[in-house]
Amino acid sequence: MDAVAHLQKQWFDCIQHMLQEGFLNDQFAELKKLQDENNPDFVVEVVSLFFEDSQKLLSNMARALEQNVVDFKQVDAYVHQFKGSSASIGAMRLKDVCVSFRNYCEAQNLEGCLRCLQQVQQECSVLKNKLERLFMLEQQIVAAGGSIPAIH
Amino acid sequence: MGMMKIQEQAQQQDHESFGMNFVRRNRDRHFKILMIWIVALVLIGFKIFNYLEAGNKERRKEVLTSMCDQRAIMLQDQFSVSVNHVHALALMVSTFHYYKNPSAIDQETFADYTACTSFERPLMSGVAYAQRVVNSERESFEREHNWTIKTMDREPSPLRDEYAPVIFSQETLSYLESLDMMSGEEDRENILRARATGKAVLTSPFRLLGSHHLGVVLTFPVYKSRLPPSPSLEERVKATAGYVGGAFDVESLVDKLLRQLAAHEIILVNVYDITNTSNHLIMYGIQNEEGDTSLVHISKLDFGDPSRKHQMVCRYHQKEPIPWNAIAPAGCFFLIGFLVGYMLYSAAIHIVKIDDDFIKMQELKVRAEAADVAKSQFLATVSHEIRTPMNGVLGMLGLLLDTDLSSTQRDFAQTAQVCGRALIALINEVLDRAKIEAGKLELEAVPFDLRTILDDVLSLFSEKSRNKGVEFAVFVSDKVPDVVMGDPGRFRQIVTNLVGNSVKFTERGHIFVKVHLAEPSNTMTIKKSETSLNGGTKEGLGTSGDCQFKTLSGFEAADERNSWDTFKHLIADEEFHLDSSSNRVAAYETSDHVTLMVCVEDTGIGIPLHAQDRIFMPFMQADSSTSRNYGGTGIGLSISKCLVERMGGQISFVSRPQIGSTFFFTAVFERCKKNAFKEVKKPISEDLPSGFKGLKAILVDGKPVRAAVTRYHLKRLGIHVELASSIKKGVALFARNGSSISGNVMQPDIILVEKDLWISGEDAGMNMLQLDWKQNGHVFKLPKMILLATNINNVEFQQAKAAGFSDTVIMKPLRASMVAACLQQVGIGKKRLPGKDMNNETPFLQNLLSGRKILVVDDNRVNRRVAAGALKKFGAHVECADSGKAALDLLKLPHSFDACFMDIQMPEMDGFEATRRIRQMESEANKQMNGESTVEEAARKGEWHTPVLAMTADVIHATYEECLKCGMDGYVSKPFQEENLYQAVAKIFESKPVLEP
Repeated sequence: MDAVAHLQKQWFDCIQHMLQEGFLNDQFAELKKLQDENNPDFVVEVVSLFFEDSQKLLSNMARALEQNVVDFKQVDAYVHQFKGSSASIGAMRLKDVCVSFRNYCEAQNLEGCLRCLQQVQQECSVLKNKLERLFMLEQQIVAAGGSIPAIH
Repeated sequence: MGMMKIQEQAQQQDHESFGMNFVRRNRDRHFKILMIWIVALVLIGFKIFNYLEAGNKERRKEVLTSMCDQRAIMLQDQFSVSVNHVHALALMVSTFHYYKNPSAIDQETFADYTACTSFERPLMSGVAYAQRVVNSERESFEREHNWTIKTMDREPSPLRDEYAPVIFSQETLSYLESLDMMSGEEDRENILRARATGKAVLTSPFRLLGSHHLGVVLTFPVYKSRLPPSPSLEERVKATAGYVGGAFDVESLVDKLLRQLAAHEIILVNVYDITNTSNHLIMYGIQNEEGDTSLVHISKLDFGDPSRKHQMVCRYHQKEPIPWNAIAPAGCFFLIGFLVGYMLYSAAIHIVKIDDDFIKMQELKVRAEAADVAKSQFLATVSHEIRTPMNGVLGMLGLLLDTDLSSTQRDFAQTAQVCGRALIALINEVLDRAKIEAGKLELEAVPFDLRTILDDVLSLFSEKSRNKGVEFAVFVSDKVPDVVMGDPGRFRQIVTNLVGNSVKFTERGHIFVKVHLAEPSNTMTIKKSETSLNGGTKEGLGTSGDCQFKTLSGFEAADERNSWDTFKHLIADEEFHLDSSSNRVAAYETSDHVTLMVCVEDTGIGIPLHAQDRIFMPFMQADSSTSRNYGGTGIGLSISKCLVERMGGQISFVSRPQIGSTFFFTAVFERCKKNAFKEVKKPISEDLPSGFKGLKAILVDGKPVRAAVTRYHLKRLGIHVELASSIKKGVALFARNGSSISGNVMQPDIILVEKDLWISGEDAGMNMLQLDWKQNGHVFKLPKMILLATNINNVEFQQAKAAGFSDTVIMKPLRASMVAACLQQVGIGKKRLPGKDMNNETPFLQNLLSGRKILVVDDNRVNRRVAAGALKKFGAHVECADSGKAALDLLKLPHSFDACFMDIQMPEMDGFEATRRIRQMESEANKQMNGESTVEEAARKGEWHTPVLAMTADVIHATYEECLKCGMDGYVSKPFQEENLYQAVAKIFESKPVLEP
């Protein structure tokens, strides 16, 4: 029981940190709510979908920006997609970066776009790490027989 | 106009800056410049003086010259007139004395004639005629005249070559008769010169006989026979018959002459004979040098004797006066120049001083700002450091609350959580101090329920007050509106601060927070009343515990305002207003602002008199031992004061040492428009359970103030309360109600009893009560017995149970929500369904969506999955399509989808296009159907119209319009928000009931 509480505390700290630092927002909590007995791995599923997609989108973006003549419309479309999925899982910071990324695309500012791309990549990997840790903790909690608390 | 002004200002500034620059550049040379300026002034002053003075001198000289010349010419004219007349006289003598024989002139005739004509010779004292007598003729002459020739000394004349005895004389000179003119040195010389030249000659000046005035003698020769033209000397001597002479009494005559002229006293006139150039002989005037010798004018005089020269010397009688007309302008010029210079000098010194001060101040300012920044950084760092662990605490409390807890435990945990949140808020508030100091504090204006705020504050301190055994209560007047516009955080901050202080300094008695409307008269009376000086020693205080004061706890309070006597007026007043729709209430309702008066009363140690003046100063506490004993920084009250002032109110207090303090403040809030706050999504006030409405209770409490507080809280729950001041009376009330049950009068559901009343030996009454209702018990439901207590120990608790309070004990301080929880625990009121309060829409959405078949179209896998998940959660069957084309395939008619959620921005075919095509398909199908459909099919389906909802992240109006234009039925925001989803779904499904499969 003690171990579970400890793990729960760790989990709580972890998610609290992510919420406070803006990695995630309430949408993530909403996602959590959608997860129930019928759909026990919903969040993990969505998040892994997100990262699969993001991998693809990021490489697409990188490629598009490497072209001699950059097709900003194309890049914008990618970023739009990325923004949508970020919003869906509640990755606020990623979404915010995407917003400025799109602004740069609109202004056809290659330098800004590249900077944003870098930022997106970085944010993405940070988020991935954090979420992996979170899911790991969840697994451990479940394994130890505890339940995952709700987020307020 | 504005532009002009600005330009002018700019110019002025330029000008000023030039002057300032000059002053600054020469900051060390100001004194030198002043000295140079003074020297220059002196020089210029002298120049002016000299110029004016020279003019003066010139004028003076001119005046002197003109006066002198005028006098000289007059003198000369008069002189020559006299000379001419003497000449005429000489000719007359020669004519009538010598050419007539016998002589036509004798002494008498001469005297008469000359006397008559003396006005012709104004300068001459008289004239006489002397005959030339040769020694040889002397005897005959003497005989003829009958007297002997005498010398000037009136002696008979000695023997000489020739004589010139006076034979005729004017009366004024009659003493000269028979005197020999040749005997006088001067006269003799004159006579010789006259007969040699044949012209008028003058003697040098000498003292005249008789008058002893200075004078000259004029002599004319008289010839016996006519002279040849240009006669020789001998011829002249031979022809000489005698001499006419006259004396000029120069002194008196010139005097007379001058006196006739204007301004004769201004100048001094001297007349000199300068024939002998080395020795000027004075003819007129005073010899010694008097008057102004610096300025002298000399005029030439010509008296007609070429061998003698005369001159007139004039000078001013008085020395030149001090030239004020030259000194004054020069002096004034110097003075003004000096003053101007000095003013500029002192201004420059002042400027330099201020400049220096300014620079110093700026340095200090920079340093102060740096210190301020450092302070802010420090505060930020420290508060961040505190916030981080506090988040952990709060998180764990959240976890704790998720577990299964008893109501007490839940209350503890909730209290802890509230306290933790308040602590974080407080830390933020400490940060505000800096903001307030910088004047950067912005007050919010949001609707809030101040009763909830006060409940929060109460719960924040309830544990502490309970431990201390201090009664703690909040009362809000009914007239105070439920919701007001203002800054809830700041309001809460002030109240928290005041209550915190009270809790800190109070060990017994009570803390009472009271809020009511400040009527105009009330606001006026807010002022620091003088605390009575003898308030320090009240005998028998505290320990006796006598209920001698009608306050909340019975202890004496510093201010009488909260005691029952005034309090009941307030309540009575309120009830009156509630009952009757008085005009005054109406007036209150209509005004836009409400002024609230908040009192925080405690019975603590009070504030020492000497410290009362500086209680609102930052970092000041009553004395240094305060922070040692009680902790705290002492900034709280100063922040509160600032905040209260920002809210348009005032704060003050009344405090009596050892008795307690009462703090008052007023704050102005905007009245909230009734419909305005209903639109606000977030619940602004904590929802009180509504299941208690219409319940009735009897409250047994001996202390009216406390009873009023209890009543206030119960009233908020909708419970109607009847008061009884003692158990006996309560019983009586109950009995009455019970007996008249048939009359449908009030039947209490709850009986609340204060612990102290019960403890103080009324067990008997209690038992009686029990008995009482057992008698009537069969007839109606038993009321719940509830004990109200500040603190209670186990023994007492057991006793209470035994005495019939089996149901529960409500621990004070009271709070509406807490009371509600306790009442629910004992089964009073309807319990709320679990989860219902979490989300109102959830069950409705469940109703609307369960069993529906829904198509989700989105090219983004993640979005698709999330949307599907959300819809599935509410029981919908979801299918997905990843593009508009796929969606069209799936929606080929006939299909079984109830609705379609469509992403707008998709590659290839976007949401608008896809919808348009869907509608096209549908309309074709409908046409066909109308042509050849079976009756029941048409009846069942009506027309094909699949509801299509757009999913979009940017919910702007334009998008919505476009959605409608291409045939969509609505839109939902992405990611789904329940409320929004509910609204959209409700619109499309409301009319269509779910078809049973």
